[in-house]
Amino acid sequence: MQPGMDHLDALEAQSIYIFREAFARLKKLALLWSLGKDSNVMIWLARKAFFGRVPFPALHVDTQKKFPEMYAFRDHYSKEWGLDLKVDHCPPVEAIDPTLPPAARSAARKTEGLKLALNKYGFDGLIAGIRRDEEATRAKERVFSPRGLEGGWDVRDQPPEFWDQFNASPPPGAHLRIHPILHWTEADIWAYTKRENIPIIPLYLAKDGKRYRSLGDADITFPVPSTASTIDEILIELEGTKIPERAGRALDHETEDAFERLRVAGYL
Amino acid sequence: MNVIASNLASNAALATPNGTTRPQVSIVIVGHVDHGKSTLVGRLLHETGSLPDGKLEMLKAVSARRGMPFEWSFLLDALQTERDQGITIDTTQIRFRTRSRDVVLIDAPGHAEFLRNMITGAAQADGAVLIIDALEGVRDQTRRHGYLLHLLGVKQVAVVVNKMDRVDFSAERFGAIRDEISAHLTGLGLAPTAVIPISARDGDGVAERTPKIDWYDGPVVVEAIDALQPARPLDELALRLPVQAIYKFDDRRIVAGRIESGGLSAGDEIVIMPAGKIANIRSVEGWPSSPTGAQGAGRSVGITLDRELFVERGDVIAHVGSAPRDTRRIRARIFWLHEQPLAAGASILLRLGNKETRAVVVAIEKAVDPGELSSAETKAIARNHVGEIDISLAQPLAADPYVDNPRTGRLVIEVNGRIAGGGLVLSVDAGQRAVPVDIVPVESALRPEERSARYRHNGAVVWLTGLPGSGKSTLARALERKLFSDGGSPILLDGDTLRAGLNGDLGFSPEDRAENIRRLAEIATHLARNGHIAIVAAVSPSREDRAAARRIADDTFREIYVATPADVCERRDPKGHYAKARAGVLHGFTGIGNDYQPPESVELTIDTSSCTVSDAADEIERMLIRTGVLFDEVTDIAANI
Repeated sequence: MQPGMDHLDALEAQSIYIFREAFARLKKLALLWSLGKDSNVMIWLARKAFFGRVPFPALHVDTQKKFPEMYAFRDHYSKEWGLDLKVDHCPPVEAIDPTLPPAARSAARKTEGLKLALNKYGFDGLIAGIRRDEEATRAKERVFSPRGLEGGWDVRDQPPEFWDQFNASPPPGAHLRIHPILHWTEADIWAYTKRENIPIIPLYLAKDGKRYRSLGDADITFPVPSTASTIDEILIELEGTKIPERAGRALDHETEDAFERLRVAGYL
Repeated sequence: MNVIASNLASNAALATPNGTTRPQVSIVIVGHVDHGKSTLVGRLLHETGSLPDGKLEMLKAVSARRGMPFEWSFLLDALQTERDQGITIDTTQIRFRTRSRDVVLIDAPGHAEFLRNMITGAAQADGAVLIIDALEGVRDQTRRHGYLLHLLGVKQVAVVVNKMDRVDFSAERFGAIRDEISAHLTGLGLAPTAVIPISARDGDGVAERTPKIDWYDGPVVVEAIDALQPARPLDELALRLPVQAIYKFDDRRIVAGRIESGGLSAGDEIVIMPAGKIANIRSVEGWPSSPTGAQGAGRSVGITLDRELFVERGDVIAHVGSAPRDTRRIRARIFWLHEQPLAAGASILLRLGNKETRAVVVAIEKAVDPGELSSAETKAIARNHVGEIDISLAQPLAADPYVDNPRTGRLVIEVNGRIAGGGLVLSVDAGQRAVPVDIVPVESALRPEERSARYRHNGAVVWLTGLPGSGKSTLARALERKLFSDGGSPILLDGDTLRAGLNGDLGFSPEDRAENIRRLAEIATHLARNGHIAIVAAVSPSREDRAAARRIADDTFREIYVATPADVCERRDPKGHYAKARAGVLHGFTGIGNDYQPPESVELTIDTSSCTVSDAADEIERMLIRTGVLFDEVTDIAANI
């Protein structure tokens, strides 16, 4: 039999390559774990890349407003997966730019929490589970994405990146965002989760005609109508749907550029 | 499944998550700014039913709120800044499906300022769509993009002539543009797969052949995309596994990396380049379980070896017999993206695969503005220009010419921590020596012609090889005396004499012999470059070592095989070596041990058992005249006084 690769094999191999490049080229890495389906796949891929162990901390920047199921998941799997878990809390909403619309202002707590954690630990690389297909500004991202000293993203001056040659020399004090699953789609994540039997938070599966497609803070994330109660059913649902993934995220819909403003400031 | 079919399936067709098998191709859309790339992409997404519900309505509402007519390009230019400036800034990847395949569409910006983003996008593409405004016709930027596609190795290009509505769907106008762009692309070896008249805004020629272009009988855009071939199979090339890292998380020592081409299995005999160390693959490791069977191109793997070798990031693992060249000298065709032009003498950081090394640009051989396709100056390569350069590396690395392996035959250049250019390896170590980084050779105060005029000859390395006792030293001394008498500047370099000093640290192992020859060749070449005739008398038994000496001395090298029969040599035994070797007290002596490799092609062969020393010296002199070392006119100095 020839060593054929299927679609998921190809995605996996590329992600492992990115993980290994990040680990080889940066000194102090951390992986951002939001407990969602994407970051769980990401941790799984990291374990594949490093033969069962994640050789850098998993950082949860906690708004303390997540669903109880998410905290239970974190506490269980950080132990089972042998993660070096670091949990850091976000500043209160009162400390955040009041000119932002309410949901965006709430989400911006994460950006501030992230900045505090970066300063505290001195990471020069943050691995994040964003995907190109999620949102238009994320589609513009590099795999190794330089951030300014304040954590900001200059979309107009990104370095060239091609042939899997990544720019990995952040200026002193600045850091890089590394995106190992940038090339995956929502359907890829689910198909892979199923194939690899990766545990998920049950909120993704339909109950009473609704399910969460994307998990954020409990107060600004809403379930979408769905009857998909298994991963197979989710895949069938995604085949047919034209509803964007982040439809249940309030902040995306407040103003035309709310999300972009957040991302330029350092939001994921 | 038979072998051929499954091999094809592994490359040309990727199984989709839902289990169907459809080929996947990635294409890039390039062209001059404002020629309608984003509009075409928006239209393509609409025509193939790939837009999320409500997206169209949302964009219509946004347009209305801004008091602008609806633009398909709004779809992609989702960023605030882009809408304000009206230009696409960066590459965006979008997926859609045609009848027969899954397409990853890379939208590349056309603004000259953002050429680096176009390259970032185009470098990953299997094929390209080049867009031209029917009214404006072929522009500099169009030609530049065509050239860059060629440079990046993109082989398939479909051309679309957009905004046909602005030229009343004129078949004549279309024909003129088609002929001009076809000639340009064909000149680059990049014949277009189709040239299509369209109006992206109204949909003519995108998914349907509308009445307005009924005079056109070629494929429409969707059909042309359907006809693009996925990338060429890398499994069929030789194994190349660039080493990303060595992990020692437990008692295993795992060599990790991605197989760029070919395949490997446990048990394979491999060679680690550039050092050339050989080992066997003991196991292929994985988590949660180790994979079984052969691993093919594209896989990120981990392997263990059957012996402890020093392996490091940047090494390349290959199969014995099909390894890449190790080199400290590379010729490359590059595109330059940095503000600061790339000039000869520049110190750069070069990255090829996972290898990173400092390097110096030895020469800029060609510098071209791809818009003009005319040769610019050759001292430096300006921003957004392309050129051919000769690079000397601080450390050896393993590389392939791009034509042999697209994955290990391409490199990037980094300046101040940022990728500043990239390109394709044209050739590896073209027989020239690497110039060590940070060493600046000081040239002689005299020009070679000045010495030639005095000595009546050019500089040369006259290399006498042959068995011990064949008469090399005797001949060399006779030649030295003769050339000196004629007013020349000969210098004798005897192998044994140098071993008494400069090469005193060397023994007689093959490595030490090779180093001995290398040093002799370096000194002799230095003398030759300064106008002297260096006469080297050295057994130099290895054909390979002599070939290396010839590479070092290049066109100044003249090889003479002193082909005296072995029994005659042993009878002469001027230094008593044969006797000692026969008595078993001289080990590693060439002659008795039959390890002399006679040359296959030399400038001159002399058998000293059948001619006198004086005749032999005359014969050498004639050869030197014949091959342009000695000036064959008057050699009588007195006549010139």
